[in-house]
Amino acid sequence: MSLWKEYYFPSTLKQALQLLSESPQPARIIAGGTDLLLDIQQGRQAPVHTLIDVTRIQELNRLEVDGDYLFVGAAVPIHCIADSPLVKFHARALAEGCSMIGGPQVRNVATLGGNVAHALPAADGTIGLVALDALAEIIDAEDSRLVPILDLFQGPGRSSLMLGKDILVGFRIPLRHFGQASSFQRIMRPQGVALPILNMAVWIEREGTTITQTRIAVGPSGPKPQRASTIETFLAGKPWNRETISEAIQLMRQTFSFRTSPYRATAEYRLQVCKQLFVEVFSVAWERAGEEW
Amino acid sequence: MVEGMNFNGQWIDINVNGIDYHLPEIPGEMLSDLLRYRLGLTGTKIGCNEAECGACTVLLNGKAILSCSFPAKRAHGCEIITIEGLASPGEKPDERILHPLQQAFVLYGAVQCGFCIPGQIMAAYGLLVNNNHPTAEDIRYALKDNLCRCGGYTAIIRAILAAAKAIRTGKPVEPPEVPEAVKAHEVVGRIHIRPDGIQKVTGTARYADDLTFDGMLHARVKRAMIPSGIVMDINLSKAEKIPGVVAILTAEDLPGEKNHGLVIQDWPILVGVGERVRTAGDAVAIIAAETREIATRAMNEIEVSYHVLPVVSDPVQARAEDAPRVHEKGNLLKHIKVRKGDINEGFLKADIILEDTFYTPMYEHAFIEPECSVAKPLPDGRMEIYVGSQIPYSDRSQVARALGVPDEQVRVIGMTIGGGFGGKEDIAGQIHAALLAQRTRRPVKLLFDRHESMLVHPKRHATQIKVKVGVRRDGTLMAMQTELYGDTGAYASLGEKVMTRATTHSSGPYEVPSVRADCYAMYTNNPPAGAFRGFGVLQSAFAVESMMDRLAEALGMDPVELRRKNALRVGSVTSTGQVLKDSAGLQECIDKVEAEMRRIGGSDPFSPKMVDGAPHLVRSWGFATAYKNTGLGGGAPDKAGAQVELYPDGTFEVRTASAELGQGLPAVLQMIASQELMQSPQRVRVLLSDTDLTPDGGPTTASRQTYVTGNAVRYAAHALGELIIGFLSEHYDISPERIRFEEGLAVVGDERVTLEKIADLMIREGRSPVTTYTYYAPETRPLGEDGDMHFAYSFAAQAVEVEVNRLTGEVRVIRVITANDVGFAVNPLGLQGQIEGGVMMGIGHALTEAFWVEEGKVVTDRFSKYRIPSIIHTPEIHSFVVEHPTSEGPYGAKGVGEIVIIPTVPAITNAIYHAVGVRVNRLPVDQEWILHEIKKSGVVPDKTIFL
Ligand code: FES
Ligand code: FES
Repeated sequence: MSLWKEYYFPSTLKQALQLLSESPQPARIIAGGTDLLLDIQQGRQAPVHTLIDVTRIQELNRLEVDGDYLFVGAAVPIHCIADSPLVKFHARALAEGCSMIGGPQVRNVATLGGNVAHALPAADGTIGLVALDALAEIIDAEDSRLVPILDLFQGPGRSSLMLGKDILVGFRIPLRHFGQASSFQRIMRPQGVALPILNMAVWIEREGTTITQTRIAVGPSGPKPQRASTIETFLAGKPWNRETISEAIQLMRQTFSFRTSPYRATAEYRLQVCKQLFVEVFSVAWERAGEEW
Repeated sequence: MVEGMNFNGQWIDINVNGIDYHLPEIPGEMLSDLLRYRLGLTGTKIGCNEAECGACTVLLNGKAILSCSFPAKRAHGCEIITIEGLASPGEKPDERILHPLQQAFVLYGAVQCGFCIPGQIMAAYGLLVNNNHPTAEDIRYALKDNLCRCGGYTAIIRAILAAAKAIRTGKPVEPPEVPEAVKAHEVVGRIHIRPDGIQKVTGTARYADDLTFDGMLHARVKRAMIPSGIVMDINLSKAEKIPGVVAILTAEDLPGEKNHGLVIQDWPILVGVGERVRTAGDAVAIIAAETREIATRAMNEIEVSYHVLPVVSDPVQARAEDAPRVHEKGNLLKHIKVRKGDINEGFLKADIILEDTFYTPMYEHAFIEPECSVAKPLPDGRMEIYVGSQIPYSDRSQVARALGVPDEQVRVIGMTIGGGFGGKEDIAGQIHAALLAQRTRRPVKLLFDRHESMLVHPKRHATQIKVKVGVRRDGTLMAMQTELYGDTGAYASLGEKVMTRATTHSSGPYEVPSVRADCYAMYTNNPPAGAFRGFGVLQSAFAVESMMDRLAEALGMDPVELRRKNALRVGSVTSTGQVLKDSAGLQECIDKVEAEMRRIGGSDPFSPKMVDGAPHLVRSWGFATAYKNTGLGGGAPDKAGAQVELYPDGTFEVRTASAELGQGLPAVLQMIASQELMQSPQRVRVLLSDTDLTPDGGPTTASRQTYVTGNAVRYAAHALGELIIGFLSEHYDISPERIRFEEGLAVVGDERVTLEKIADLMIREGRSPVTTYTYYAPETRPLGEDGDMHFAYSFAAQAVEVEVNRLTGEVRVIRVITANDVGFAVNPLGLQGQIEGGVMMGIGHALTEAFWVEEGKVVTDRFSKYRIPSIIHTPEIHSFVVEHPTSEGPYGAKGVGEIVIIPTVPAITNAIYHAVGVRVNRLPVDQEWILHEIKKSGVVPDKTIFL
């Protein structure tokens, strides 16, 4: 059984959509393919007939400021995102998350679109997007639509993208304003699968010594990436000090329902390191938000 | 179909190494397959085929990518550079000038088995294209995904830095600084590059999967995938109908022996209907087909039904009275006993007695080259087997028995081996490939994929080791009692021998008057366990060295001092009653490492030290020592044959069937022959592992090749020298004292006679210029009889500095100081690779690796789940070579390959204790558990303190 029968490179979105609807099924969109091809190869996913490679479509390769948001095309290779001064400035958490995905060879090929479409609850690229409150731009034969990033996830490995219909075009990330910043970090376990046992991205807006707003994304804290809304609400308007952070940490046990995964980590350990990670990631974002520019 | 498409998907246009190709598209083809099998560019290697190892790295439009998971079609319109495209054309037509990276990798000894090297070099090339002034940090970042199981990371970093400098300055690559042997001779003991280095950096070294023959079929093996049961039915009907399937064989078709095995033939070649499945990797049917894809399809279509039986999943359970039986004779492979002195009396004399139990998991060799065998039937009825094997002569007899033919009908031809570490001693695909070739009369290739490799070849024994030790208040060890359980899995392999080594070494490199050790090597339904670098001693060293640290604490004594006090020395009696007559350099190893540790770590290295500005990070040092036998020992005859021949072109060839696994044997043998004949190494070729052409060098195991085969070559070369001198003396009628060798010639009185001429003269006079020598190592005694159980031991000490994160439990190795007594450093550059590689593997065993099996089912069944150390785990390594010569070894040399890894694990766990007060009894170190224990101790910092 070959993994696929036909492989196409449309050069426009129109061609891609047409291929998607008219090619022999099953037809799948492929970008970097680093996850998809392994899934097929190792039998987690059935072989497909048609692969439609979107990496040569210009629209999906854009990485630029567009109006009041930063646009990151779904087919932009991860290494470009990790290295991009624009991303580093406006969406540091995303750049940091991307710099930790795979190794250099993988980052040269893998894409952010693929990272999100694969819908793992702790993908390093995804978690940053969640904290940055990104919108996903999706197109199908009829229409294009904007979807809040969290709505793309249905469960582990299950995205709400319609398989033979939708194409993920890219992500819109609100531009950074004065007093805002973000940060990302993760904790690995050296044995077993090289997935983070916990990763976290934080976005902060501050005014002087007050936290005005914050967004906290944590994976894997459930079947899908999650925001820590209780803690976000608690922090809004609070002064930045040790008490605030300690109280925020106290809220973690009730905010997250971490799972125990065999050979990886217990729920209790995840909670422990989540607290530590939070202090670290939050402090870094806080410092950054205070930078002059 | 779609208007305006660039092309219709039928063709791939690519430029590879400057050449344009227009190739038809093959659906589902990955770029690596196109390069390897269609363009014959086999320098690009496949280690895992799952985007984990980096061996398949090539450059695509200037960027490093993994070609194993990159659709070939996707490279359409792109430029690709492979390892074959790096060297540039020289002035002469066939001349190629190596890229500075290629030169530096050879010069710096970064090349060992070589299998990962094309990928390493391509990743480095991808880095240097954009940054010709990289830091070591840049290199770690860029090579993070390029695994090297030989562990050459530090040499790789040095090589890349040197290559970058050469590129920047336009000057030649600067040679490394590697100390020579203290008593270096003209050749041995000096720095020489390995003879196989150039092929390995240019991608021209041939590993088994690089071979293709006309009409070659591809084989797959249907495996049981259940750990325990009876085969009830095998239905081939669907599989046989698939076009392109040429043969499917089951147990009924076996023409000869039904089982194989290195010591005990208990491993079924194929499990037949009504027969017992004992482990998930058991073979039920073998398929040969026109392509691998067809063979795979057929494999999936074979239907087998089983009567599932209960599973024996650990060795302690296996010994229980009511445990299900894995083999009819029961679950005990061997009860091994060591007795010295009176153990009760020993404990009575002790002031302090400590007792504890230690657990080690199975470990996987994870050589980057998966097993591959190609069997080729010859018109005269003989069978050739091309394989990278550690024991070619054993392969030959095992294949011959299975085919039902005499040994001479089989010729095993050794290919370059991409790492072995003990995991390529047993039969993997050799017999299956040969059976299919015998049946189809066509060449058959059987290549394991990574998943299969992890399932099938024997692992390191999982153990449970209980240690009870008694010591006098002054630190003198009085008694040591150990009880070991070893999980030998479903088949014996070398289990008895491995666990014997674990047992005899279980009181550590110390003189203890009373020793009692009992070991139970048990069968289970887990994958078999067998040889693995360290051969059981790694496990027992973890236990005993952990206990030594505990003792030191209980005594209030410095852990180094305690070891020094009890260390084996010349005149000591080992636990098996052997008196050490010479070459026991443990004291010096301890002294060297201790001095360096105190130089770097200060006068109180074992106290915890907080990292400046990051009080949650704590560092400290740990110390451990080890010893390991050289050679088979225990009364087993240990011999090797070698041949040396002078050729008419004035070169020499050394021939022996010993395996080069990456450890550098050809360099060692080449240097020894050159030394004896007073020639430069370039004049000496080494031919290894061809059972038709090379005499039996014995198994490449037990750190024995430098000593045993080294001696064989030494004496063969020496004899050839004498033969030539005798001949010249006769021919020129001159006394032999007036004849001596110089480079390329012999000085005969006042005349200088070239080697070419000598060869010519000898051949013309009917005297063939070749000698064969079989070297018999000194006799040894079986366990239980006093006397020399082994003819030599190597010794080592290590100190490791770790950093523990008190908030997460994470552990990192910062520095390693190691000293190894190897007798004599024949090949210092190769030795350095062995030492650093051993340390890396030890770090892996302590911190990153664990082969998990649950109820006989392998959990860690892919590279993505079994993590070996990468370049980012590489610490600073300070190495000292200690040379206490052993009288019989060549120039005093003894074994190297295993001792280098043994102390690393306990040195790390001891360091963890010194840093955070947590004792590790179970490997690998689990950061979650470390954190848990730190919390229990109550001194937990909260990170908010840093706010
Ligand atoms: S073979 Fe491609 S990454 Fe291992
Ligand atoms: S040289 Fe790197 S794996 Fe052997």
